[in-house]
Amino acid sequence: MIAINQRYLPLAATVAIFILAYAACTTQYPTILSTRVIGNLLTDNAFLGIAAVGMTFVILSGGIDLSIGSVIAFTSVFLAVLFQKTAIHPLAAFALALAVTTAFGALMGAMIHYLEMPPFIVTLAGMFLARGMAFVLSIDSIPIKHPFYATLQAAYYRLPGGGRLTLVGGLMLLVFAAGILVAHRTRFGANIYALGGGIATSKLMGVSIARTTVGIYALSGFLAGLSGIVYSLYTSAGYSLATVGVELDAIAAVVIGGTLLTGGAGFVAGTFLGVMIQGLIQTYITFDGSLSSWWTKILIGLLLFMFIVMQKGILLVSRKR
Amino acid sequence: MNPAVSLLRRLTPQLVALALILFLIWLVFPSFFSLTVQNGRLYGSLVDVLNRGAPVALLAVGMTVVIATKGIDLSVGAVMAICGAVAAASSVRGDPLAVTLLLAAATGLACGVWNGFLVSVFNIQPIIATLVLMVAGRGIAQLVTEGAILTFVDPALIFIGSGSFAGLPMPVVIWIVFGLCVAVLLRRTALGLLIEAVGINRRASTLAGVNTPVLLMAAYMLSGLCAAIAGVIVTADIRGADANNAGLWLELDAILAVVVGGTSLLGGRFSVVASLIGALIIQAVNTGILLSGFPPEFNLIIKAGIVVVILVVQSPHVETGFSIFLQRADRSGSTEKKQAA
Repeated sequence: MIAINQRYLPLAATVAIFILAYAACTTQYPTILSTRVIGNLLTDNAFLGIAAVGMTFVILSGGIDLSIGSVIAFTSVFLAVLFQKTAIHPLAAFALALAVTTAFGALMGAMIHYLEMPPFIVTLAGMFLARGMAFVLSIDSIPIKHPFYATLQAAYYRLPGGGRLTLVGGLMLLVFAAGILVAHRTRFGANIYALGGGIATSKLMGVSIARTTVGIYALSGFLAGLSGIVYSLYTSAGYSLATVGVELDAIAAVVIGGTLLTGGAGFVAGTFLGVMIQGLIQTYITFDGSLSSWWTKILIGLLLFMFIVMQKGILLVSRKR
Repeated sequence: MNPAVSLLRRLTPQLVALALILFLIWLVFPSFFSLTVQNGRLYGSLVDVLNRGAPVALLAVGMTVVIATKGIDLSVGAVMAICGAVAAASSVRGDPLAVTLLLAAATGLACGVWNGFLVSVFNIQPIIATLVLMVAGRGIAQLVTEGAILTFVDPALIFIGSGSFAGLPMPVVIWIVFGLCVAVLLRRTALGLLIEAVGINRRASTLAGVNTPVLLMAAYMLSGLCAAIAGVIVTADIRGADANNAGLWLELDAILAVVVGGTSLLGGRFSVVASLIGALIIQAVNTGILLSGFPPEFNLIIKAGIVVVILVVQSPHVETGFSIFLQRADRSGSTEKKQAA
């Protein structure tokens, strides 16, 4: 009974903080609760959310992926250059981009497993490589003017109260739902949790370490690619200098979402709240108008610190029992 | 063995790599090694490499020690921005140079205490502990500069960024003197040995009587101090504190310099001098790409290639495979000798 409570404690804290923060914002600006703001919150953070799902799996397995920001930028430039140079249909281009980024992620996973190198430095190399490839493709910001893009961007579901759930916002919700299913209802998900609990023990349990590691980073690459597609839809452009540092935002979202950084414990749903809390801080600062945007960074840093200390405290208490 | 010889042997791969890169640059840009003296100061591409490599070289000194304790310090770029902002703000207020420098150094040390506290007392993974300051640091720097780029005119402070001493630019003098002082301090005392012990097995070294919390704290404080010096140099160089861009992503270059220098990210054995050469290798590649007329877009791809090559060489698997191969070659060689006898 106690064990279950502890498992859910970080998630419960995240939920409590999110509700409290939202309530505090609402008392000051009642319109923050309107579906229009909520719809925008989902749309504006769609690319971050999708990438953060991949990061959650990586961190659950005890690893880290620094390459996702670069992969998002690479995907957006790759798509923009494809549309500029060829008459390829966007859907085919999407499939191509996803294939490239998935293979890229799988390659990093293979290097981590077979060369026995820390994920940090392997994905750092991946970060340089993806950003470099984006630079080589183009150093300019290329606009995307495909009619199919306009169709996708115009698609939305009308929420009660006049808010719009756009295609990208809906896609993020779908990815989170799929992520929760994969984490808790599939063998792959169970293997990821096992891997985060300890490589030696999961080996003894019969988990295929090689396949799981490669799979995790391939999944992260795939989701970063998907996030890149969403980003190109969101901005209608491809730019190689875009989304610098998104990996940090994603890591912060995962930690604030209550996932243990040593791996093995955490929830995909928590990451969703982590992304939403970051979005809420930004929205509040926009509403306020007098605060500078750098307060976002300080507040997120503070939240990060709080959650890390809280996780340590929970670990300490559980050990004493 | 003679310590000088063993140091040279340790540095051989880095020195060979550096020589190779300089040679390649020389092939495409023949006047690379030409030095001229103007106004009592050396000018040339080689001096430029030393000068521009200063921030990464300084950061690499602290990063080496932190990585040797099996840690990592992601916050150094942000700490550079904070310290630069503090120095500029102090200079704008009209403080004398000594006060400005002391304030910047104290800020860097305070950031190091924060990181060290999280790592040694709270037992938080270093990568996450230092992430907090990395995320929040630039915001704090913005708080100090109040969102603007603080410019200053104090010639004494500017001298640190663009002055020269004994013919060499000031940043070069600073990083060489500082780096060698730290290297000598660590290697001429037991400090280096203790740091390696903590990095290899923290628990065992605590049980053996090493004061691990203090050592860890000192490692992160050194890293903070290095970031402070680098921050002051960068700020003095552009005569203003840019909270958004000062030291941006330099933490990654510093980690890269340490890895190129052959210090393992898994902690333990380290060499500050090798990391300094690693920083020079990175800067030589950067400068070389610019000089040789390659599009600078290839810079990152070449960097990624370097990391991958080093990873493969350092990998435990490849290393064992290599040593087995060597042993076999050795054994077959000895049997041949026996047969010959």
